[in-house]
Amino acid sequence: MTTPVWVPRKRRGAELFLTFLAVFIGIAAYASVGLGAEGTIPADTYKLGGALIVVAIATHLIVRRVAPYADPVLLPLVISLNGLGLAMIYRLDIGRQQIDPARAAFANSQLVWTAVGIAAFAGILIAVRDHRRLQTLTYTFGAAAIGLLILPLIPGVGQTINGARIWVVLFGFSFQPGEAAKVCLAIFFAGYLVVKRDALALAGRRIMGIDLPRGRDLGPILACWLISVGILVFQRDLGSSLLFFGLFVVMLYVSTERPGWIVVGGLLFGAGAYFGYAAFGHVRVRFDAWLDPFGDPDRNGQVINGLFGLAHGGILGQGLGQGSPQLTPYSFSDFIAASMGEELGLTGLMAILLIYGLIVERGLRIALTCRDAFGKLLAAGLAFSFALQVFVVVGGVTRLIPLTGLTTPFMAQGGSSVVMNWAIIGLLLRISDQTRRPAPEISTFDSNDETQVVKIS
Amino acid sequence: MSELTLTLIKLGFLAVLWLFVLSAVSVIRSDIFGTKAPSTPRPAKQKAPAKVGRTKARKPPRGNPTTLKIVDGPNAGQSVPLGDGPILLGRGTDAAIRLDDDYVSTRHARFATNGEQWFVEDLGSTNGTYLGSQRITTPIPIGLGIQVRLGKTIVELQK
Repeated sequence: MTTPVWVPRKRRGAELFLTFLAVFIGIAAYASVGLGAEGTIPADTYKLGGALIVVAIATHLIVRRVAPYADPVLLPLVISLNGLGLAMIYRLDIGRQQIDPARAAFANSQLVWTAVGIAAFAGILIAVRDHRRLQTLTYTFGAAAIGLLILPLIPGVGQTINGARIWVVLFGFSFQPGEAAKVCLAIFFAGYLVVKRDALALAGRRIMGIDLPRGRDLGPILACWLISVGILVFQRDLGSSLLFFGLFVVMLYVSTERPGWIVVGGLLFGAGAYFGYAAFGHVRVRFDAWLDPFGDPDRNGQVINGLFGLAHGGILGQGLGQGSPQLTPYSFSDFIAASMGEELGLTGLMAILLIYGLIVERGLRIALTCRDAFGKLLAAGLAFSFALQVFVVVGGVTRLIPLTGLTTPFMAQGGSSVVMNWAIIGLLLRISDQTRRPAPEISTFDSNDETQVVKIS
Repeated sequence: MSELTLTLIKLGFLAVLWLFVLSAVSVIRSDIFGTKAPSTPRPAKQKAPAKVGRTKARKPPRGNPTTLKIVDGPNAGQSVPLGDGPILLGRGTDAAIRLDDDYVSTRHARFATNGEQWFVEDLGSTNGTYLGSQRITTPIPIGLGIQVRLGKTIVELQK
């Protein structure tokens, strides 16, 4: 055979080393926040550090046991982002309570949500032994996505916070079901497109150089997409509708290999953006804040504060705990990228963006090496939605594009976002474990046996 | 806390952050440039059958396969010539051979070639595709005379 032999390597040792480095980054950030803001290392650093180390070792052992061939760098990258985010939220708690002691502290609840997220991550790795089993639940996930999106509109359950009706309050916990709907939709799109991609790409009429598929092939996916985007527009959640739309276009493109979909998607997006600008006042406010923030400093104070913060940070930053990122509204969630930029500077923000880039690279790499079409599409969709989310939120904060409310994955304060992003990483690790696992041994067997003991792994 | 100490902590933290990013990149590097083939391909694989003590039933015949034949099961004796395209097996109408086997899924497994090697891939069937006692989860290269089991049906590549 001339084809190069694939050597399966686990690289779990490398993962352990990187995980320890990531945990160290988290603890060091927490300690230096205390040193910078209050002059002492926070009293509970040892407690927090111990908890982080225990959690890191536990996740490492779980991965070693149930997904031994999974990608070795994804987990440490995610742990480092989560640790940095926790330290920054703690820092902003200190800063905001200096302004007004009555303001809520988020660090503890974020820590609890991180623990829930890691539990979800472990649960997915243990429960989903083969990601292709998810393919049999294609339509279940499609229905679940729509159900989750409708949930906030139900009176009594849903709640409007900051002008967007995207929250569900149950038993005192508020949750954004849109985050979970994103994962469900990705699974639905992947499962549906795998079955229908040949029909979508080949059967149909060619209009203006673009092969339009038959209505019955496109129907279900278009309906699901229209419902989800429609609900989101109705709920005034612009960021998520943009994210779902991008996810939809890219998965169509990946599955059919037709660049025409990108063109169609771009045109539809342009039309949608223009319609949004013309029809909705809150879209126009965002556009104006993007094009000319200093034209109305009172209304665009948040964007302006974020820009001032980034400028204040400069190349090397003010140092953790020594800037004043707490002056920006929502500096702990939507504007956490600007807070990071102020305290860690361009150097630190670039490192963070590179970590995001590496996570996306690993996701796309998993999609490239994955041998079954469903896993390929799912990994590509999840990685792309991650990339788009980071681009939209960081681009919005740095005034590259209009600001839309999306969470910075793993860093921003917000329980649902942290939990679902950990779940996404669990799915990606599961797919990569299947992909990198060596092929089972080939042997002949006696075919005369009517029955035989079969080991199902 | 003096200004100098805080600056040193700040710079040290940024250095550790970048050290982490660069070590992650160095772990990834081997993946980006592809995995290298070892000088002795898969020693573990070759040793495994001897360790179990299983005697090989027959020498694997050499040469290129030209047909896919059903050697056991309800459709035993049927065969399909191998071309360049993939061959689909299952109970559905689009399968190359329609298998009348209740334990076979509609679209059960696919045989495909890259020009020099044939592979068998399970298409998410209910009861699975087996090589020996192993349920396959990924495309597996197969040679002449290697028996693949789908439900109660056994197929193999023949000359």
